[in-house]
Amino acid sequence: MGFTLFYLSAIVLIPIGALILKTLGIPWSEFWRLATTERALAAYKLTFGASLIAALANATFGTLLAWVLTRYDFPGRRLVDALVDFPFALPTAVAGLTLANLFAVNGWLGKYLVPLGIKGAYTPLGVVIALTFVGMPFVVRTLQPVLENFEREVEEASATLGAGRMRTFISVIAPSLLPSIITGFALAFARAIGEYGSIVFISGNQPFKTEIAPYLIVMRLEEYNYAGAMTMAVVLLVFSFVLLAVINLIEQWASKFTKG
Amino acid sequence: MSIELKNISKKFGEVAAVNNVNFSVNDGELVGLLGPSGGGKTTVLRMIAGLELPTEGDIFIRGERVNDLSVQKRNIGFVFQSYALFKSMSVAKNIAFGLTIKKWKKADIEARVAELIQLFGLSGLEKRFPHQLSGGQRQRVAIARALAPKPSVLLLDEPFGAVDAKIRQELREWLVTLHHELNVTTIFVTHDQEEAMEVSNRIVIFSKGNLEQIGTPREVYEQPANEFVARFVGVMNVLEATVGGGVARINEIEFPATGQEDGARLRIGFRPYAVQVSNDLSLLPYRAVLRHTFFLGILLRLEMELPSGLIIRSRMTKEDYAQQGLEDGREVSFQIKNYRVLASDSATLAPELESKYQQPPTMGENI
Repeated sequence: MGFTLFYLSAIVLIPIGALILKTLGIPWSEFWRLATTERALAAYKLTFGASLIAALANATFGTLLAWVLTRYDFPGRRLVDALVDFPFALPTAVAGLTLANLFAVNGWLGKYLVPLGIKGAYTPLGVVIALTFVGMPFVVRTLQPVLENFEREVEEASATLGAGRMRTFISVIAPSLLPSIITGFALAFARAIGEYGSIVFISGNQPFKTEIAPYLIVMRLEEYNYAGAMTMAVVLLVFSFVLLAVINLIEQWASKFTKG
Repeated sequence: MSIELKNISKKFGEVAAVNNVNFSVNDGELVGLLGPSGGGKTTVLRMIAGLELPTEGDIFIRGERVNDLSVQKRNIGFVFQSYALFKSMSVAKNIAFGLTIKKWKKADIEARVAELIQLFGLSGLEKRFPHQLSGGQRQRVAIARALAPKPSVLLLDEPFGAVDAKIRQELREWLVTLHHELNVTTIFVTHDQEEAMEVSNRIVIFSKGNLEQIGTPREVYEQPANEFVARFVGVMNVLEATVGGGVARINEIEFPATGQEDGARLRIGFRPYAVQVSNDLSLLPYRAVLRHTFFLGILLRLEMELPSGLIIRSRMTKEDYAQQGLEDGREVSFQIKNYRVLASDSATLAPELESKYQQPPTMGENI
């Protein structure tokens, strides 16, 4: 208990406390002005919007990937399974550089995509791509154990009662998976909001266009505008806390029928 | 006739799980499929349900060939060993599931669910989720759910496997009562011969994918078709004797064997109750030393060692035992009052069974 408290304080509580204390020195009207400059608003919009889209994409395709990985056996399955963790392990800057090169006008993929009108590098789309990449393991890894523990017999029971495959999926399987999908979605979303390294390379960081909130904070710091950086940091912080609370509530609700 | 299996075989890849099985189940019957694990009994049950397709042969339910009918359309109720309840649904929703799928009217569903809740003693638990129920309650929900759409057959896979011994006994009695009330044709799978004997109208015995015998509990106990059945159902002493001069002999024990050629080897089986034991050494023809006495309730099982080292099991009542003043280590005399020459079973005994036979099941003692 003592150790937990000490560790939590050193790692999480004290830095956050310092941040909030510092911000308290700024008058409210000034805080509001700094937090809602047009450039900041555009950055929030991009960060939250792109994060939401990326998390949704991950929830959809991550579920699919987890399903395939647990339900089907194919050559290379273990390799694919190991690769899922790749975005975790890869330094985000490396991921960002790689993606930027891949989607640039003369990149491997950009070569074919740009003539089709799909511009990956230096656009909001690039931000979404990078965020999808880093968030993908969250959904897969949250869902996998749940799917593995899902009894085949439950599906068979549904079939003996007359339910077709579609009906079984909707009425029996999906309700059991939904809490985990939502948890995975929220984790991917939270991660995406804080993501910095992989995006700065692919987005191009144009103010009002492809500038994300964490990048703007760094910019403010470089301008020695500590108050501006701090207010934006607090906004992101509050949002993260809200998200954390929501995740916990969902997990509580889910445990209502997933345990035992 | 409710269910009929004709020449049913099932192969998983190269492995034959079920070999050319034929049997039928009458309307309203309660039939137990009995056998050691890996005997093919669960595969047979799953084929009747449509969860597995037979490699060869035909299955009929109420005269209709159902080979090409999907699980969904067979109108069977299936209770899984793990119960397989829907975790995200309440007890009432679980039971109503099959009815919702079959598009019953809402009022009818409610009435049917209420009826089953009542019948299965689940009142007050309607809104609970499966994880809030005890093992016995879960099983009742699983059976209620299977029975709700009024299936033509109820199939249960190891229904008593997952609960502890005491509840098991209650559930068995309860299943018999339930079957009596509902009279729905029921087939259940078990590896417990005592369970099969106690619950079933008829027993179908499987070993290594072959049907060894089908009959009433009494028939399979008293007239086992072969050695496998004899040893699997109840306790059986089995000796191998060689014929010479009209008698089959194993060490000092002799059995009349008229019409058998000299040198033929016979396997002779006799139940413990057929072995009469006395403390009067001159009363009965053979002698042995009482090695060990097992207490089984009102009956005792005696393990006797012959001078040649052969072990023979007998049994007697507690009163008899006390009256004769028997105890471990004493010399006794005995005789074998009746016995059977056993047909060898269609397949040799699986190796994992051999060890089981070292400690024979005790069912026979209670009949």
